[in-house]
Amino acid sequence: MIEFIDVSKTYPNGFQGLKKINLKIEKGEFVVIVGLSGAGKSTLLRSINKLNEITDGEILIDGISITDATGADLRRIRRDIGMIFQNFNLVKRSTVLRNVLSGRVGYHSTWRTIFGLFPKEDENLAFDALERVNILDKAYTRADQLSGGQQQRVSIARALAQEAKIILADEPVASLDPLTTKQVMDDLQRINQELGITTIVNLHHVELAKEYATRIIGMRAGEVVFDGPAAKADDETFAEIYGQGIKESGLLGESVS
Amino acid sequence: MSETTRIIPKPKKNKIGLWFIYSALLLIYIWAFSGMGLPEIKQTAGQISKAIFSGIFHPDWNYISEPGGEDLLHGLLDTLAIAILGTFISAFLCIPFAFWSAANMSKGRAIPSFGKFALSFIRTFPELVMAIMFIKAVGPGSFAGVLALGLHSIGMLGKLFSEEIENMDSGPTEALIATGANRIQTLWFAIIPQVIPGFLSYTLYRFEINVRSATILGVIGAGGIGTPLIFALTSRDWNRVGIILIGIIVMVTMIDLISGYLRKKFI
Amino acid sequence: MNPEQKRTIPPSPSKIKGYITAILFIILIWGSSVKTESSIGEFIVGFPNIMDLLGQMFPPNWGYFNNITDAMLETIRMAVIGTTFGAILSIPVTLFSASNLVQNAWIFYPVRFILNLIRTIPDLLLAAIFVAIFGLGSLPGILSLTVFSIGIIAKLTYEAIESIDQGPLEAMTAVGANKIQLIVFGVIPQVLAYFISYILYTFEINVRAAAVLGLVGAGGIGLFYNKTLGFLEYDKASSIILYTLVVVLFIDFISTKLREKLI
Ligand SMILES: Nc1ncnc2c1ncn2[C@@H]1O[C@H](COP(=O)(O)OP(=O)(O)O)[C@@H](O)[C@H]1O
Ligand SMILES: [Mg+2]
Repeated sequence: MIEFIDVSKTYPNGFQGLKKINLKIEKGEFVVIVGLSGAGKSTLLRSINKLNEITDGEILIDGISITDATGADLRRIRRDIGMIFQNFNLVKRSTVLRNVLSGRVGYHSTWRTIFGLFPKEDENLAFDALERVNILDKAYTRADQLSGGQQQRVSIARALAQEAKIILADEPVASLDPLTTKQVMDDLQRINQELGITTIVNLHHVELAKEYATRIIGMRAGEVVFDGPAAKADDETFAEIYGQGIKESGLLGESVS
Repeated sequence: MSETTRIIPKPKKNKIGLWFIYSALLLIYIWAFSGMGLPEIKQTAGQISKAIFSGIFHPDWNYISEPGGEDLLHGLLDTLAIAILGTFISAFLCIPFAFWSAANMSKGRAIPSFGKFALSFIRTFPELVMAIMFIKAVGPGSFAGVLALGLHSIGMLGKLFSEEIENMDSGPTEALIATGANRIQTLWFAIIPQVIPGFLSYTLYRFEINVRSATILGVIGAGGIGTPLIFALTSRDWNRVGIILIGIIVMVTMIDLISGYLRKKFI
Repeated sequence: MNPEQKRTIPPSPSKIKGYITAILFIILIWGSSVKTESSIGEFIVGFPNIMDLLGQMFPPNWGYFNNITDAMLETIRMAVIGTTFGAILSIPVTLFSASNLVQNAWIFYPVRFILNLIRTIPDLLLAAIFVAIFGLGSLPGILSLTVFSIGIIAKLTYEAIESIDQGPLEAMTAVGANKIQLIVFGVIPQVLAYFISYILYTFEINVRAAAVLGLVGAGGIGLFYNKTLGFLEYDKASSIILYTLVVVLFIDFISTKLREKLI
């Protein structure tokens, strides 16, 4: 369970990225955070694993405060949280397998990982993960030789090999075409359902949010303006999140009458 | 070098600035040339040039390989060995300097600036002077040359390496931090794989330069082909000067070709 | 049965190539250290000498700055003149090396070949030869810097010319411009800023080079290294180094600023 208690974030330049956020995300949920660009989606997501430090309030992961954690304690919490980025953030010159194995380094001593002495079980985990996202045959290919969609699946495999209990995905499909978008989102959904991994995804695409989310959180100017089951989010809701402009923009697709 | 060579037309208004630069240039040239005086050319200059040219065209082929081992091939091999080992040492030693001076590796600006200054200092400290100092420490010979190249090259390699680190993609680092990796693991899995090809390429580039530098170390007694060259020059054995020059040119050209080929493979 | 045997894991690529490279590399390094008689032990034994030497270098002999200012100025003069002559002489070399100006491969390949020959010889070696020809003094220094500069400026500039926008050249050829008009109106405007920038860059290199040419008798402040180090006057030697550092950094700073303005 992830718990936000009065979380605020003020950037060094004085800009307030998050304003008094209070949220509770239960285990196994598939949460999609929607909102305009600049609404604070990334800020919120990245504060969960402390890639961004919040300036006020507290975030609890399974009852333990990540806000107060530092050093080895912080790394231990991060080990359980996989992250997927818009630009994949793979090491392009390394093989797929090595990229996936890099998700395991938090489990071992520095020396062991530096000499590449990952135990056999770790390699199996990596192969399992790659099989789950259907790119096992690319295990020894260099990451930069894969297409964007394949690279994003490698980064999902990295989170799986990490044996993460939570997956955070920051606009995971923003640089992919519609077809690979569907594959990647399907992968995330399947992993969420089969393994029960809590999944939180930032999207700016309303249709995708409605299709995949069990719960939608709408953000605007650093505040949560909607929070509820996907079924309850109607056009009025999105109009509120995105401002009235959305009806003309066609972002809602068919539903514009 | 930059890909595009298009030049954006400048507005006319900085004419005064241009005139200022022109006058400054004129003054610099007046100062430079008036200070030099007319060069006195030795009467023997023509003769000696002719002798050198005839030496190059009638090289002392016997010197290439002689029974005693004091020959061209040994000299060149020695030069090459100095360059290889010197480059190898500096490629290792410059790594901490590179991380120290890379702006994206520390929070403030003071630490990298100081690192950059240290590298600048090392680069300006002439390698021949370093070699003279190492000769005092380890005695004359190739080892002093190795140490001099190894230390001096840190200046340039450290700068190039730190620029490579500054230009890398920070995404993988972030991804590794997010998996719970510690600093060393992040370095090893996210940073090193990105910068290694650049490091290797720059090291080879420096190796090309060091091969050239190593040919001259012998002038002050730090080993390599420079020693017999300076002997031949002072004893006016032009045919030997000729063969040594040819040897250097051939060796440097071959090294450039091989190194250029390898560098293309790395990038 | 192991579960992993159910799926087909791709075979891991062979590592033999990596091992062979590593072994060759180790042999290369080992051979080099044997050949140069390098040993860490000797270095450690000699290390106190280095510390001793560094100790003698500090503090520098500040008074010595007065004695070497003239030589420092001579060094800068040598760099200015050498770079200038090199830049002038590199113009024809450049024009004949650029394959898009001289379409005749019988011309640009030989010219480039000579250019590459020049680039193989280090500046100090050139200086040693010129000293043998012209005797001690700044003249051989200037000449070696001139030749050395041609190698750098001509190479960089002809590569710049080869990468210029061909559009204006084709347009001019189409309206019947001759070679000289082509160069003056089509090429020069496109590469002039680069040419000047390369000259400045070469000047920076030449200032550093000129500071050591004296070690082989080719004038400038380098002569004073021989004088001071020969008499074991390390405090004076460190003054020379510091002085050079200050001048070099100052010139680098100005030159870099100018180059940023240009491009
Ligand atoms: N490092 C920063 N310093 C100052 N402001 C920032 C910084 N990072 C993000 N912001 C601001 O915070 C707001 C929210 O950003 P972000 O969380 O990236 O939005 P989203 O992901 O929803 O597009 C934006 O207005 C952005 O300009
Ligand atoms: Mg964002």
